[in-house]
Amino acid sequence: MNRAIILFLGVLATFISALFGINLIPKLQIDTVRPEGTLLPYGYSELAARGRKIYIREGCLYCHTQQVRPKQDGSDIPRGLGMRQTAVDDYVHDNPIVLGTSRTGPDLMNIGIRQPSDEWHLLHLYNPRIVSQGSVMPSFPWLFKEQVTAADTGVPLKIPDKFMPKNKRPIIPTDEALALVEYLKSLKRDYKVKGVP
Amino acid sequence: MQASEPNIASKLDVSARWPCVAFLVSGIFWLLIGSAFAFISSYKLHSPEFLGSIPWLTFGRVRTAHLNSVIYGFSSMAGIGTLLWLVTRLSRAPLQGVGGLLISAILWNLGVTVGIYLILTGRMQGLEWLEFPPPIWIIFGIAFLFVVWSSLRTFRLRASQYTYVSQWYLFGATLWFPPLYMIANLPIYSGVPQAAMNWWYAHNVLGIWFTPIGLAAAYYFIPKIIGRPIYSYYLSLLGFWSLALFYNWNGSHHLVGGPIPAWLMTASITASVMMAIPVTTVAINHHMTTKGHFHMLRVSPTLRFVVFGAMSYTAVSLQGSTQALRSVARITHFTQHTIAHSHMGMYAFFAMTLFGTIYYILPRVTMVPWPSARAIRWHFWLTGIGIAIYVISLTTGGFIQGFALDNPKKPFIESVTALIPYFWMRTVAAVLMTLGHIIFAVSIYRVLRHFVTTYPSIKGKSA
Ligand code: HEC
Repeated sequence: MNRAIILFLGVLATFISALFGINLIPKLQIDTVRPEGTLLPYGYSELAARGRKIYIREGCLYCHTQQVRPKQDGSDIPRGLGMRQTAVDDYVHDNPIVLGTSRTGPDLMNIGIRQPSDEWHLLHLYNPRIVSQGSVMPSFPWLFKEQVTAADTGVPLKIPDKFMPKNKRPIIPTDEALALVEYLKSLKRDYKVKGVP
Repeated sequence: MQASEPNIASKLDVSARWPCVAFLVSGIFWLLIGSAFAFISSYKLHSPEFLGSIPWLTFGRVRTAHLNSVIYGFSSMAGIGTLLWLVTRLSRAPLQGVGGLLISAILWNLGVTVGIYLILTGRMQGLEWLEFPPPIWIIFGIAFLFVVWSSLRTFRLRASQYTYVSQWYLFGATLWFPPLYMIANLPIYSGVPQAAMNWWYAHNVLGIWFTPIGLAAAYYFIPKIIGRPIYSYYLSLLGFWSLALFYNWNGSHHLVGGPIPAWLMTASITASVMMAIPVTTVAINHHMTTKGHFHMLRVSPTLRFVVFGAMSYTAVSLQGSTQALRSVARITHFTQHTIAHSHMGMYAFFAMTLFGTIYYILPRVTMVPWPSARAIRWHFWLTGIGIAIYVISLTTGGFIQGFALDNPKKPFIESVTALIPYFWMRTVAAVLMTLGHIIFAVSIYRVLRHFVTTYPSIKGKSA
């Protein structure tokens, strides 16, 4: 047989083996686990779904994971990142999935349980160093605005003097900040999943 | 030049002139842009208020702009330029479809430009390495068809039925990347299968797109410059086929401990460990070829860069094999260690190899010599020392971070503050590497300026 044909077939075969092996077969196997009903076992409200888009837009996923590893793979559970490891069911509504690969910041899969306070989240997003000294997380001031006229309704943040903008105007969250916080608070995997200890 | 038939060689080089210039020079342009994004991202990690109120330069967007400009801009474009030139030389046939390739270069630049713009303005996809939204992948798809067509057409016209190892790698890269990229962008994935797809893709971009081009270059330039044949044909054969078989299966090791089926993790960890086979065969083959000729590193800048790249390939791959083991991943997973590893692959191996190939190719296709040997030395040492500082600091910092994270008694913030000195070292590395790139770009600019002024007279000669 012609060498070029052997080369061609080999190149094709190795590619296809892995395409099936680590992409399509897992997909077929896992896709069947999709639970019935649209909001099971967890779901996002409309506001939280909007917040999730902002989470992706601002690139939060490059510093935060959303997965809890089993005991043999790390001390996620002793550290209190979750009660159990995360499983396929915990992501069925996620598109795109934001598992993340970096823990420059803590895992957020259960941040809704760990930190339920709106006020904390808003201050933290405005400037993480207000509530967490030494943090390297970016500030997101564009998710907030100054309260100038009566039309700017909203509860002003209680920002310590040191972190106030120079003009000292009150700072209120935009809809985007509220949506993002709603998303963060919705992150809780506090139900049981069959077959996961 | 040591080509046995200089006339044929230079005719071939002329046939590949414009596509090579277009792709290589565009690649260097994106390298500069990518370096600027890299510096900003790096600085922000120790000084988060730096440029902190500009939404489009927030860390999450600018590091993504960095990744995409160096992957799809620099590495892919300079990679294609190298691929085209090697295909032409090795087939001993003039490069086919030059017009299409020029359109391809324009489309490719357009795709990267629009993609980066969309990332900076907050419209990225949310999947790592696949952040460019859908319109871009159609542009890349069309652009790549021209490359496939030219590369295969030229290969078909090859002067001899006998094929050299570099040609296998180039053939593989040409046929592997388009379906890889297309399938990854199909809108059929969500949830955990999407994560499996994501890492099948992202790891394979390195494994079956960049790596084969880098190895093809190493297999071409090392024997060529030293002037003796490759040590063993059988090792080349083993190296190629074991790479094709195992690298493809590596991706899921990025998901160790994640919510994927256990068999999938085991399969990928096994394949990652098996990577030791192609890597050591290639290393032995290159080492035995170079043995006794290491003094040549001093005279040939191309050889110096390529050998640096080839040695880094061995190092990064063996490190990757260990990193995939669960006991190691427990500490290193999710830390800066991974970032060090990826830069060892993409930069210490691939970028350095590309620098070496560009030093060889560009003067041949433009017929203009490099203006300054000193500039080349500076380029080598700045980037070489820069990437060494980069890898050493983040590998160390990553371990420290990993041990802190693995100790549930330590508050999280300790893993952050412990990293700050290493983040600073990374910024120093980024500055050194960027300086190297600027020096390189100036040399290229000088070659091009000379080329443009002398082109009318060259044209007459080569026609
Ligand atoms: C440069 C990396 C980085 C980016 C980008 C980033 N974070 Fe963080 N994040 C951190 C670090 C470091 C911490 C830990 C210190 C702290 O609490 O600020 C943290 C902590 C947090 C916490 C508190 C977690 C806990 O367990 O107390 C939340 C919530 C959070 N980040 C949300 C976000 C959101 C939402 C975004 C995107 C808008 C984001 N982060 C982007 C690095 C980052």
